[in-house]
Amino acid sequence: MNSSPTMTPDSINELNVEEVAKSAATKAHSDSTPPAMRSHKLGDFIFHKVTFVFALSVLLVLLGIIASLLKGAWPALHEFGPKFISTVEWDPVNDQYGALIAIFGTLTTSLIALVIAFPVSFGIALFLTEICPAWLKRPLGTAVELLAGVPSIIYGMWGLFIFAPFFADHVQPLLAGSLGNVPGIGKLFQGPMIGIGILAAGIILAIMIIPFIASVMRDVFEVVPSILKESAYGLGCTKWEVVRKIVLPYTKIGVVGGVMLGLGRALGETMAITFVIGNANRISWSLFSAGNSIASTLANEFGEADTPLHVSSLFALGLILFVITLIVLSAAKLMLLGLQKNEGKK
Amino acid sequence: MASTNPNSISSTARVMDKSINNGVYQRRLLTHRIGITLSFLAMTIGIFFLLWILLTLFMKGFNAFNIGMLTESTPPPGATGGGLLNAIVGSLLMVGVATLICTPIGILAGIYLAEYGDENWFAQLTRFVTDVMLSAPSIVIGLFVYAIFVANMNHFSGWAGSIAISLIAIPVIVRTTDNMLQLVPGSLREAAFALGAPRWKVAILVRLRAVKAGVITGVLLAVARISGETAPLLFTALNNQFFNADMNKPMANLPVVIYQFAMSPYENWRALAWGGALLVTLSVLGLNILSRTLFSQKIQG
Repeated sequence: MNSSPTMTPDSINELNVEEVAKSAATKAHSDSTPPAMRSHKLGDFIFHKVTFVFALSVLLVLLGIIASLLKGAWPALHEFGPKFISTVEWDPVNDQYGALIAIFGTLTTSLIALVIAFPVSFGIALFLTEICPAWLKRPLGTAVELLAGVPSIIYGMWGLFIFAPFFADHVQPLLAGSLGNVPGIGKLFQGPMIGIGILAAGIILAIMIIPFIASVMRDVFEVVPSILKESAYGLGCTKWEVVRKIVLPYTKIGVVGGVMLGLGRALGETMAITFVIGNANRISWSLFSAGNSIASTLANEFGEADTPLHVSSLFALGLILFVITLIVLSAAKLMLLGLQKNEGKK
Repeated sequence: MASTNPNSISSTARVMDKSINNGVYQRRLLTHRIGITLSFLAMTIGIFFLLWILLTLFMKGFNAFNIGMLTESTPPPGATGGGLLNAIVGSLLMVGVATLICTPIGILAGIYLAEYGDENWFAQLTRFVTDVMLSAPSIVIGLFVYAIFVANMNHFSGWAGSIAISLIAIPVIVRTTDNMLQLVPGSLREAAFALGAPRWKVAILVRLRAVKAGVITGVLLAVARISGETAPLLFTALNNQFFNADMNKPMANLPVVIYQFAMSPYENWRALAWGGALLVTLSVLGLNILSRTLFSQKIQG
């Protein structure tokens, strides 16, 4: 009993301390976080918004490109209507414009480039992944990647000064003598043998996109799990059979995606083509004849375009080119993405 | 008996092998050999053209190379001599400014994609658009900058050229930064989070720092890419026959000078074009090789 009066103040004290602590804790909660945490939150908020704005700007540039091209192309599209795409005539003197020559040139050169580049880059990718001895793999792979980095204007110059004369003297007579006499496709390989022209532009373009496609394909081939290949070898398959029956089916979509990426490059290429296509606004059956592509028309005429309609028609050409490449590249990207998704499943 | 038995078995096996399998086997071997030979041929063709192009470039380029090329400006039509000084200075200025513009934008956008990319559709879309823009036709970018910048200012300028090529470089940097940041192990980030670091600190001081070399590689690759770009400069920076370090005026630059001089009828102009082409190629390849060694060192270390 004696101890109780001395205990009470103590217990009251304890109670008080507990209460103070409790109320302090609730107070802290109602103030949410301590100052350090608050600045963290603010920092993270700012960080998120700042990086978001920059990411958004990338997206806005794409929209801006489409919008400005549409705006620039509007007068021409309004004047000529949908016929613009199918009209052959491109006549700055009489202010009459149609896009068919340029579209035709762009599509044919890219197609030629693809027909040549696909088998060659497939072979190179195959060599680099399956056949090449290990010590050669790195230097050759690096060489291919470096070649992909050479500026396109170098290919153009080389095409104009070195390749075109050689092509005119040696290759074109050969083609005209052999393929030129075949009924049906003969018409494609006849005409003036001056070196420059649609076919030469296609070949230069092929040389340019080969390293690009080859390095994409090599990356795709390396995705194939080695256990699949090893099982095939274990069953006694030859190397070719492994490639044909295992690697190719596994990477089919990726290979097509890589080729389409190359096609996208080829469609939009300017300098390599402008040097060698001949820059003539005409259309003909002969692949030897000079032509024009969308990009080369832009490069040649935009600086000298006088009338508003001429400028606007050039913008319309740019818009067409941009839309075509966007479609091709998007398809390519979707295919490559699909391949990556399947990687996990198989 | 014991010695003849295995012999007879193996000989019958050989006979069976010949009669049943040999034809098929030979055919398979033949296809294999043809396939391998074709692949080897493709590689040879590739290497052959690489050597052909580089050899011509080096021979023609070194023939044109002299000290005047680096100290004199581009010659007027018909004059002899002359050099590429104005074009070299113009190119350096424009690529320098473009690098300053595109590096922060590209890296920050790349960080956004890596940090928040898996969470929302916006980042996925941006990633997709960046991939597409990587290969978008560069001449269209030139048209775009002409429409929004040159047409409004009413004159061509070095600034416009810088903007055009930085637009080409940004996707390259965004993509490499994003890819590199994905390589950082999650445990590293989690460790930093566990110590109470805020997200922005983890992103910049831990994650970005871990792949510094890779990000620099991306920037170098982007610079290499834009130093050889011609098409977007044609209607933005145009060209300038005289020495000019004012970014507000039309500016000479190597790629456009190479283009115009190579297409010209004058011998000395063409020689200068080859010299310039060699210069551009050497710097582009040099940057590529530099970035490669930088990154491979990082991987080993």
